[in-house]
Amino acid sequence: MIQFWRLFRRNRSAVLGLVILILIIGMAATAHLFFPEDPFRLAGRSMSPPGENGFLLGSDSLGRDVASGIAHGAKTSLLIGLMATLVAVGFGTMMGGLAGYYGGWIDDILMRVTEMFQTIPSFIFAILLVAIMKPSIESIVIAIAVVSWPAVARLVRGEFLSLRGREFVQACHTLGMSDARIILREILPNCLSPIIVIGSLMVATAILIESGLAFLGLGDPNIMSWGFQIGAGRTLLRSAWWVCTFPGIAILITVLAINLVGEGLNDALNPRLRERA
Amino acid sequence: MSTVERAPLLEIRDLHVALPKGSERPYAVQGVDADLAPGEILCIVGESGSGKSLMSRAVMGLLPKPHVHVSQGHIAFGGEDLVTIPDTRMRQIRGSDISMIFQEPMTALNPVMTIGEQIDEVFRFHEKMSRRERRERAVGLLADVQLPDPVASMSAYPHELSGGQRQRAMIAMALALDPKILIADEPTTALDVTTQAQILRLIKEMQEKHDTGVLFITHDFGVVADIADRVAVMQGGVMVETGTAAEVLNDPQHPYTRRLIEAVPALTPRPPRVQAAEPVLEVKNLTKTFRSGGGFLGFGGKERIVHAAKDVTLELRKGETLGIVGESGSGKSTVARCIVRLVDAEAGEILLGGTDLRPLGRAEMRPHRSRIQMVFQDPYASLNPRTKVGAIIAQGPIIQGMPRREAEAKTRDLLKVVGLDERAYDRYPHEFSGGQRQRIGIARALVLGPDVLVADEPVSALDVSIQAQILELLDEIRERMTLSMIFITHDLRVAAQVCDRLAVMRHGVVVETGPTAEIFRAPQHEYTRALLDAVPGKAWRAG
Repeated sequence: MIQFWRLFRRNRSAVLGLVILILIIGMAATAHLFFPEDPFRLAGRSMSPPGENGFLLGSDSLGRDVASGIAHGAKTSLLIGLMATLVAVGFGTMMGGLAGYYGGWIDDILMRVTEMFQTIPSFIFAILLVAIMKPSIESIVIAIAVVSWPAVARLVRGEFLSLRGREFVQACHTLGMSDARIILREILPNCLSPIIVIGSLMVATAILIESGLAFLGLGDPNIMSWGFQIGAGRTLLRSAWWVCTFPGIAILITVLAINLVGEGLNDALNPRLRERA
Repeated sequence: MSTVERAPLLEIRDLHVALPKGSERPYAVQGVDADLAPGEILCIVGESGSGKSLMSRAVMGLLPKPHVHVSQGHIAFGGEDLVTIPDTRMRQIRGSDISMIFQEPMTALNPVMTIGEQIDEVFRFHEKMSRRERRERAVGLLADVQLPDPVASMSAYPHELSGGQRQRAMIAMALALDPKILIADEPTTALDVTTQAQILRLIKEMQEKHDTGVLFITHDFGVVADIADRVAVMQGGVMVETGTAAEVLNDPQHPYTRRLIEAVPALTPRPPRVQAAEPVLEVKNLTKTFRSGGGFLGFGGKERIVHAAKDVTLELRKGETLGIVGESGSGKSTVARCIVRLVDAEAGEILLGGTDLRPLGRAEMRPHRSRIQMVFQDPYASLNPRTKVGAIIAQGPIIQGMPRREAEAKTRDLLKVVGLDERAYDRYPHEFSGGQRQRIGIARALVLGPDVLVADEPVSALDVSIQAQILELLDEIRERMTLSMIFITHDLRVAAQVCDRLAVMRHGVVVETGPTAEIFRAPQHEYTRALLDAVPGKAWRAG
């Protein structure tokens, strides 16, 4: 663990990303302390510019506090990003692992299914799924997971394919180990690094998809989110620039921070890079 | 050997190659002096990590700069110092005056260009010639290196040639511009013995014809004995001994050289031991065919069929070591994997103490697993890098139902048996050297108390001195635990050391079986004779 941190620390921008990410998580966790009121509440005069009428980052056309919305929206974005990624990584790992380990017709079938999902443009597919299921947190998480898992499955399949032929796996067969144990205890730990890396980057994509859905009005109507804020402010872009701008910056910074952390993880976990320098 | 009177082609003086900070040692090569005369073959011998390869790369200006660089010394070649000349000049010298052949011709050749195009490139880059002239020269070269049908080979892609043919093509490319120096970095290590013998002969012929100075890097003293005029022995970056081949091979001065040469197994079969006649394991008419291609659910490309084992019949008697020898693709590994049921054979019987293992399912096989165990070839790939050594060894008995505590105690005992410290229990495999890892692999196989141990090339990935230790360990264990062993190897020297009886395989068929001494004395099959003839350094350490 200490050694891992030393490797991670070598990448300066990754540490910066981690700091920003921790601040954003802190913001999401303390949102109810700084902004105890409902972010949908009409808090004062509408269309107040930043710094006026008691609004730090201004208010929107209905007088909702943009700063409060950003703080509460952080929770939504992070939560959905994390949940969707967990579901996608879990399912993708299972599909890819089974396909890679067993090969043959199981591989053929699972991979053709995966490709089917990959042929549909992911954002349009997500819109379609949310529209069918009725917008809610669960349906958004499911939609994002459904469009994200094929990438994980392909990656994990590749890792399993190369690992299952390795001699240490064959040694397990000669000891009479069961398939489940070989998959979970022997092969999986050896491909955790790339899974962690792809997972961390996927959180960022998931946040973007969620924002996009909310922007199009397909977000959960009862929950404040950054995408929803931008969607609400887009018609006022020229008269009240702050309504769109600040949530937009929040998305930008969050996605950037997560990507930096992901890159840093990749550098630290990728053994080929480790030997360099 | 006209080495003495002629001025050297290449003079290496006080060469230091620095390694990046935090490496095992500060210099990969330290204070090396060497001369290479025209028309001479200088063999640089050493174990892995001795700096022999980096030294040759330094001559070629191919060090992985800036991490690894020449920090001191000179390499004088034709009045120039190769250490200080600019890169542009070095590029002119490379290929035309000094050229190189590598260990693995498949990776050294460009897979998307035909052999002809690649040779043509060499001419185009260095000399002005018409297209027709270039083509004629290239065909001539391929004929020189004895590639069958040189004209057809011109338009062949590297994957269409065999390993030996690829290496011939590489040699043709390296000699295209008639270089003064040829650097050969383990050029035959990836090849089978019979092919190796041919390539060595070819290098020697070409070298004599073109009067080239050859810097030949190898770890194999047998190869040295076959090809070298002079020998330089390297250990830990330092050249510990130089001399003519006869001097170094027959009267080594430095203790390290002596140790290395002693570790080379002699080609005399071991004295046969008294043995019981009763068989522990009988393999009868084992057949295995591999099919590849076919594509999605049978659509797509044409199927390819390889007979890896055809009607193989073997008998392993109690307490003996049966060697299965053959070249790559002979099916010897497949047979081993069929016997331990890693690969399912289609037909035949594998009788272990009267039970036929072949038709058993995985669950039915499990209780028999502890009676037959395997040691793998690659000590780096055969241990799970994420599992501690103790757990790797103990998991076998735990799966077989032994209580955890008992399995742990047994594991600690076995670590001692295979010559490892008990503290190894809580460490990860990457903390151990290749030889130590192979000991761990042996402990994993022994912990179940098997009757039969199948060892698949257990020493071929190891340096020669480590190899000797592992062979000794296997021998000792076999005595102590009354094991019977199937020993797969491509190396007849190793086979002579450990095996009581031999089975020679070729193209999936056992062509000859018999006691080792008899096969060595009077080989019946022509293939066995060819194998024995091809053993490098046969004349030198016949025993």
